Amino acid sequence: MLTVTNLTKIYPGGVLALDRVSFAVPDGQFLAVIGLSGSGKSTLLRCINRLIEPTDGQIIWNEIDITSASEEELRTIRRKIGMVFQHFNLVHRSKVLTNVLAGRLGYINPAWSLINHFPKEDVQKAFRQMDRVGIADKAYQRADELSGGQQQRVGIARALMQDPQLILADEPVASLDPVLAHSIMKILQEINKEDKVTVICSLHFLDLVHRYADRVVALKEGQLVFEGLPEEIDDRKFKEIYGKDAERVG
Amino acid sequence: MNKKSASLWKSFRIGILILAALIVYAYGFQVTKVNLGEFRKESRQESRVRVMRALARPDIFAYQQVETTVVVPLYIPCPAEIPQNTLTDQSQPYLILTPACGKPGEEIKVEGFNFPPNLKGPLYFVPSSDPADKLALQKGNIQADSQGHFVFSFKLPDRLSDQVQYLRVIVRQNVGLPHFSATAIETWNKIIETIFLALLATTIGTLFSIPISFFAARNLMKDVKSSVTQIALSLLGWPFGVFGGLILARWMGEINSLIRANIFFSIGLTAGCALAAYGLLRYAFFHRSGNSSFGWRLIVPQFAQMIAVLLTVQSFFLISQLGIPAGMAIATHLGKMAFLGNFITQLSDLMLTSLPAVLAIGGGAVLGSLFGNLGRKLNERLSIHALKVVDFLLAMLAGALLCLIIAAVIGWLYEIPNLGRFYLIASGLGAILGAVLAGLTKPRQPLPVGLAIYTITRTVLNAVRSIEALIMAIVAVIWVGIGPFAGVLALGLHTIASLAKLYSEQVESISPGPLEAVMATGATRLQTIVYAVIPQIIPPYISFTMYRWDINVRMSTIIGFAGGGGIGFLLIQNINLLNYRAASTQMLAIAIVVAAMDYFSSWMREKYV
Ligand SMILES: Nc1ncnc2c1ncn2[C@@H]1O[C@H](COP(=O)(O)OP(=O)(O)OP(=O)(O)O)[C@@H](O)[C@H]1O
Ligand SMILES: [Mg+2]
Repeated sequence: MLTVTNLTKIYPGGVLALDRVSFAVPDGQFLAVIGLSGSGKSTLLRCINRLIEPTDGQIIWNEIDITSASEEELRTIRRKIGMVFQHFNLVHRSKVLTNVLAGRLGYINPAWSLINHFPKEDVQKAFRQMDRVGIADKAYQRADELSGGQQQRVGIARALMQDPQLILADEPVASLDPVLAHSIMKILQEINKEDKVTVICSLHFLDLVHRYADRVVALKEGQLVFEGLPEEIDDRKFKEIYGKDAERVG
Repeated sequence: MNKKSASLWKSFRIGILILAALIVYAYGFQVTKVNLGEFRKESRQESRVRVMRALARPDIFAYQQVETTVVVPLYIPCPAEIPQNTLTDQSQPYLILTPACGKPGEEIKVEGFNFPPNLKGPLYFVPSSDPADKLALQKGNIQADSQGHFVFSFKLPDRLSDQVQYLRVIVRQNVGLPHFSATAIETWNKIIETIFLALLATTIGTLFSIPISFFAARNLMKDVKSSVTQIALSLLGWPFGVFGGLILARWMGEINSLIRANIFFSIGLTAGCALAAYGLLRYAFFHRSGNSSFGWRLIVPQFAQMIAVLLTVQSFFLISQLGIPAGMAIATHLGKMAFLGNFITQLSDLMLTSLPAVLAIGGGAVLGSLFGNLGRKLNERLSIHALKVVDFLLAMLAGALLCLIIAAVIGWLYEIPNLGRFYLIASGLGAILGAVLAGLTKPRQPLPVGLAIYTITRTVLNAVRSIEALIMAIVAVIWVGIGPFAGVLALGLHTIASLAKLYSEQVESISPGPLEAVMATGATRLQTIVYAVIPQIIPPYISFTMYRWDINVRMSTIIGFAGGGGIGFLLIQNINLLNYRAASTQMLAIAIVVAAMDYFSSWMREKYV
């Protein structure tokens, strides 16, 4: 269970990116976060694993207060939270295998990892995860030699290496074509349904929301303006979230 | 009207600007003594021509030379009877004088036959009855034609004698193939020295500047924050750690001197230490810190790690102590490859000298971070009010200690007489500063330590960088004496400063995505650097290192001007001796090496980046 209470983020420039956002996510749920560009979706997701330091509010996950965790505690929390990014955020010049293994960094002995040495089990695990997302044959290629869809699979495999209980996906398919988008979303869905991993995923397209999400929260200018099932987003709600001039596509 | 006055004002302003520029340049001419009169002077022109001609003929090749000396008797004035010339072998070079004698000032024709064709050579008057006399006056140069014949006229000198005197002609003929001149060989040796000087300086600079560059990168440092408790405790931990490290180094040194007696025993011990360290490290590292249950499972690997580190250091001590005699032994037995033995000896000596420093820094870092962790624990456990008091005390203590250390340095540097009082004042001041800091901050408030470190590093780097390597060489010469080692130190230091700056700018410009992704997996800061930063900065680092090597080769060619070894030393010497042909050889060598390096570095950069 993840409970977000009155989460507020004010950026140094004074931008109010999140304004007292509160919601809760039960374990195993696939939650979509929607909203216009600039509404604060990325900020919200990054506040959950404190890549961005919230200004105010509380985030409780499995009875642990993430917002007040010390640096050391934060690392043990983070290693249970996988993250998938819009631009994949792979280390381009490293091999795919190294990128995937990076997901284990929170677990292994720091000193050993400095010389790029991972335990055998971890390497085997990496190959299992790459196999699962369908890129096992690319293990020794450089990450930037892969296509966008393949790169996002690497990103997911990296998140899976963490044995995550929660995956934060920030527009994971926004830079992919529709076909690839579905294949990536299906992988996330499978992880959600089979491994019972909670997924919080920000999305741009409503058809993807309808198809994959169990529940939706909508942000507008940093405020939570909708919380409910995907089917509940009718035309009126849509205009509320996206503004009155918006038109539905797809 | 308005427009017109505006444009008038504009032209007026431009006029003023031009006038100001004129004055500036006039003054510039005045102080830089621009003077074409000097340039046009006869003597200037002469020396200009001489130097340029010398420079145009670098002293690279030389021939084996055969000298042909021909003498002919000469009488001033004519004696009663001229002895008959006995020379009749017409296949050898010979000289004929017409007339064969005369009064001083009389013109006389010298004709030469059978000389080596097309050669030039000096003609001397030998005022002595010994034709081989060293003392001779040069009367001019002869130039033989293609038949080996020449004619030369000169006035008889005012050197009357009733004895016979001589005329002597010397021509030198090149034989065989050209070979490298002594200057060329010397230049070659020095240019090799120069290249290696640059290589060593670049290597040292790179090794040190990589870690420094991370401290000078804003994007890595801006998130490093700690509370007053942490900072104060870590500041307190550092000096004790440094002190502990030094004591440890002394102990280990003493242990070593005890067991030095038997060489086989120390070899065995070294191997044993290294093996034990390796085993312990393996054991310690394979113990996952996965389950964070506190207890012996966590303590034992930590303890093992510590012992392993100590054993490693001990084996380094042993190795370096073995290395000195071993290198000497190799040097005496290897003949031409003796430099390998010397290398081992010097390297071991270097290791032995730097181990205490490494231990001191390591001890400081370990104790500093341990104390820092303690501070974090205190922050979590103590109540706000208790923390406030603890912060006050710790900050005062840390401030006092810090200022005491600074005062000790100042006291030593300026030989301050009344040290006791000086220290008291300094530590009091430090305590007050600490108290003020603690008072101004809330307990647990994160302070931007990272930015402070960043600023200090940047400032120091900029300061060091602004001192030219040539000036550093002057200082280095005082430290280690004239020679290439001083050059290595000076160039190395300059390289550290400038590379660290360039590197850190690269770190600042990496794409933040991977950094964020690796951080999100729960990696430590160091892991994030290794996995997300380093792969991104390798290409620019290689590129900058090559570029710097290029610059260092260039710099090392002139670092010798200040006594820093390399070819510059030779060059400045030859220029001072007005030996322009040799200087020209060295300039040519510099030009070739610099151009080659330029080409090579751009080729490497293209290929590997
Ligand atoms: N580092 C930052 N400093 C200052 N303001 C920022 C920063 N990052 C984001 N913002 C601002 O915060 C607001 C929310 O940004 P955020 O990136 O969370 O939006 P988003 O919903 O993810 O948008 P998009 O769909 O375009 O990714 C925006 O107004 C943005 O300009
Ligand atoms: Mg976003």
